[in-house]
Amino acid sequence: MTAPAKRITDIGPPHYEKFLPPIIKRNYGQWKYHESLAPGVLCHVSETGDKLYSVRAASPRLLSIKTIRYFADLADKYCDGYLRFTSRNNVEFLLDDPGKIELLKQELRDAGYPVGGTNNAISNIVHTQGWVHCHSSATDASGIVKSVMDALCDHFTQQNLPAKLRIAVACCLNMCGAVHCSDIAILGIHRKPPKIKHDVLPKVCEVPTLIASCPTGAIRPKTVDGKQSVEVVEEQCMYCGNCYTVCPAMPLNDPENDGISIWVGGKVSNARTAPKFTKLAIPFLPNNPPRWPEVVDAVVNIVNVYSQGAKKFERVGEWIERIGWPRFFQLTGIEFTRYHIDDFKNAGQTYARSTHIRF
Amino acid sequence: MDNDEKKSKTPLLDELEKGPWPSFVTEIKKTNNETCQDLLGQLELSYEERKGHWKHGGLVGVMGYGGGVIGRYSDVPEKFPKVAHFHTLRVNHPSGWFYTSQALRTLCDIWERHGSGLTNMHGSTGDIVFLGTKTDELEPTFKELTEAGFDLGGSGSCVRTPSCCVGEARCEWACYDTMKLCNDLTQAYQDELHRPPFPYKFKFKCAGCPNDCVASIARADLSVIGTWKDQIQQDDAAVTEYAAAGLDIQKDVCERCPTRCMAWDGKKLTIDNGECVRCMHCINVMPKALRPGKEKGATILIGSKAPIVQGALLSSVLVPFVPAAELLDTLKELVSRVWEFWDEYGKNRERVGELIQRVGMANFLDAIGLDPDPAMISAPRDNPYIFFQKKEGE
Repeated sequence: MTAPAKRITDIGPPHYEKFLPPIIKRNYGQWKYHESLAPGVLCHVSETGDKLYSVRAASPRLLSIKTIRYFADLADKYCDGYLRFTSRNNVEFLLDDPGKIELLKQELRDAGYPVGGTNNAISNIVHTQGWVHCHSSATDASGIVKSVMDALCDHFTQQNLPAKLRIAVACCLNMCGAVHCSDIAILGIHRKPPKIKHDVLPKVCEVPTLIASCPTGAIRPKTVDGKQSVEVVEEQCMYCGNCYTVCPAMPLNDPENDGISIWVGGKVSNARTAPKFTKLAIPFLPNNPPRWPEVVDAVVNIVNVYSQGAKKFERVGEWIERIGWPRFFQLTGIEFTRYHIDDFKNAGQTYARSTHIRF
Repeated sequence: MDNDEKKSKTPLLDELEKGPWPSFVTEIKKTNNETCQDLLGQLELSYEERKGHWKHGGLVGVMGYGGGVIGRYSDVPEKFPKVAHFHTLRVNHPSGWFYTSQALRTLCDIWERHGSGLTNMHGSTGDIVFLGTKTDELEPTFKELTEAGFDLGGSGSCVRTPSCCVGEARCEWACYDTMKLCNDLTQAYQDELHRPPFPYKFKFKCAGCPNDCVASIARADLSVIGTWKDQIQQDDAAVTEYAAAGLDIQKDVCERCPTRCMAWDGKKLTIDNGECVRCMHCINVMPKALRPGKEKGATILIGSKAPIVQGALLSSVLVPFVPAAELLDTLKELVSRVWEFWDEYGKNRERVGELIQRVGMANFLDAIGLDPDPAMISAPRDNPYIFFQKKEGE
C-alpha cells in the first residue's frame, strides 16, 4: 500500500495580522476619532497622532482576476500593497500619505471605479447570484444592480441625502444578503405554483422534507399513476419556491409571471430607533432585461420623495414611521393594494389598531 | 439561434457595459477565456428568455470536507459546453477583508490555473467566491489553496464562515476586538465548519458597536454586538467646537436621542447615562466629542434568519453584557449548550431562531441554563395563556 498523500486541512483563513498595514498594527485599538475629508475619503486619527486615510471605490462585486490584479497594482503604487474590501463589497485603499489621495482617486475614476459610498450616500448594493450562478432565482441580480446604480451613481459620489440609504437585491425570497433589513430592497418573486414532475419526484425527492418545506402547508402526499408523489393545493400556495429548493421535481420558473417586488424601510443599526424589517411597497414589477426600467424608475422615485421629505438623520423607515404609511403611498404615488395587507401568521399586529388617521 | 455567429453576440448584455457604474459584463468579457464566453452566452440566453439556465443543485466537494463547494451544472450544456460544470468554491476570507497585493495575486494565479477567473469579492456571508470550475479542478484548486495558507469556507448544515466589521483595526467605536474574535471562532470551529453536523446552517457575525456594520442582528444566528456599561466618554471642549461649527446640538443630537436623556443649555451637554440605551446616534454625530465608555464588552443575540420557513427574524438578546476579555470563553460555553439542544430537538432544516419560536424562549433558556432577564424582551406577554410549572402550581 502506498502512503496517503499529505493533505492539508482545517487550517482556516490566514491570520489577519499578516495583511494589516504597519500604521494599523501600530494603532490597533487606539483610534481616537475620524472625519470625512470628501465623499469616499475617510481620515482616522489615532491617540498617537498617526493619521490613516481610506479611499473607498465602487466594485461590481463580480470581479475578474484582471481587475483584482489591477487593484493590487494600485495598492502597490499608492499604499505599500495594502487594501481591503468592505461589508458592502466596495474596495478600500489604505494610505498614510495624504499627498497621494487625489492621484489615486483620479486613477480609480479614470478606470471606471467611482470613489464614494461614505456617510449620507447610497453605497454599493448588496446582492446575490441571479442568472449568473443560481438555480432558484426569479430574476437576475447583477443586471438590476448595474441598472439601478447607473441611475443613482451621483448619490454614490455625493453625500447629500438626509441619512445613509442602503439598497439590497435578492433574486428569490431566500433573501441571501440584506433584503429583509434595507432602506430599499429589490426582491425577485414568482406568481405561479410549481409544476410537479410526478415521473421523477419519487426518485429525486424526500417527500417528508418536501412537505415540511411549505410555510402554508399547501403540499400533501398523493399517489399519481401508482407512484408516490405530492399535490399542491393551489389556493394555499404563495409561490415562495422553497419546495423547489428541497426538491428538483417542483420547478416554478415562469418568464411571464416571475418578476420583482420592492420593499422599504428596513435598517440594522440601533441608532435612534431599533432595527427594522423592510415592508412591502410594490407587489410586482415585470422582469424587463437588460435595463429593468420599471424597477429603476420605482427606486429612483422612492429615493427622490424620501430625500425631499425626510428630516436630517432620518432613515427611510424612520421617515415613513413619522409621516405614516398612508402618506408614504400618497407622496410616492404608489398604488396601495390588497397584496400589501399581511395575511401570514400574527398578521393582525400590522393592522391599524387606533383611530390615528391623517385625512 | 445556434450558429456560432449568433452565439458570440450578446446585444442585451452589451447594453450593461454602458453607464457610470462598473459593469459586471465588462468584468466577464475582460477575463477573456472560453468559459467566460460561454457564461456570457448562457446569460444572454437568460436575458432573452427571462429565466435562469442552471440545473437544480449539484453535490460536489473535496475529500475530507462536507461543504465549501456549491455544485452547478448548465441546463443547456450542448450550447455552452464550457459551463456544463460551473461550480463555486467558497474560500475563507481573512477577518475584516484585509489583504496584501501579494496575497491577492496568489489567489488570482491559483484561480487562473484552475477556474474561470471570475470571482465575487465577496459573498454575502463573507467568503472569497471562486465562481466557476469543473469537478476535476476542485482537488487541485484546494491543494494549491491550502499550500498558500487559505482554506475553504462553509456551506450546508454547518458553521458557516464567520465575519466581522473592521473593529479595532480602524474604528474608534469598537468595543471589543472583532477581528480577533472572528478569527478565534473560525479556528475553534474548523470541524463544525467543514463537516456539517447540524440540523441546518449556523452563522456567526461580530460587530464592534451597535451601528452593526456587518448587519449581524439580521444575518447571523449568533450576533455579537459590542457595547459598554459605564458612561459615554465626553470631551466638553470638542462639544463646544461642534456647536461653534454650526451643529444644532439641541435639535440634531438631544431631540434625536431615543430616551431624551441628554440636555444642552447652550454651553454644556449633560448626559444621563443611566437612561442611555447606547444607540450610538450622539456618538455618530459628534465623533470627536463623544466616545463609547471604558467598560467595554458585547451583547450576545440569537436567532436571526431570512423568511423561509416561518418568517424572517432579527436576533434577540440572549446575554445583555459580556466583558470583552470573557467573550470568547463565554461564547464557546454558550454555543456548546445551544448546539447540544438544537442537535437533539431541532427539526431537519430548522434554524435556531425557529426552534426558539417553536419551543418558546423560556424553555430554551431552561435548556441552555440561562436565567430570564427583562432585557431579553421588548414587552411582557399580552395574553394570559401561561404554562405554570408543576412544582409552582401544586
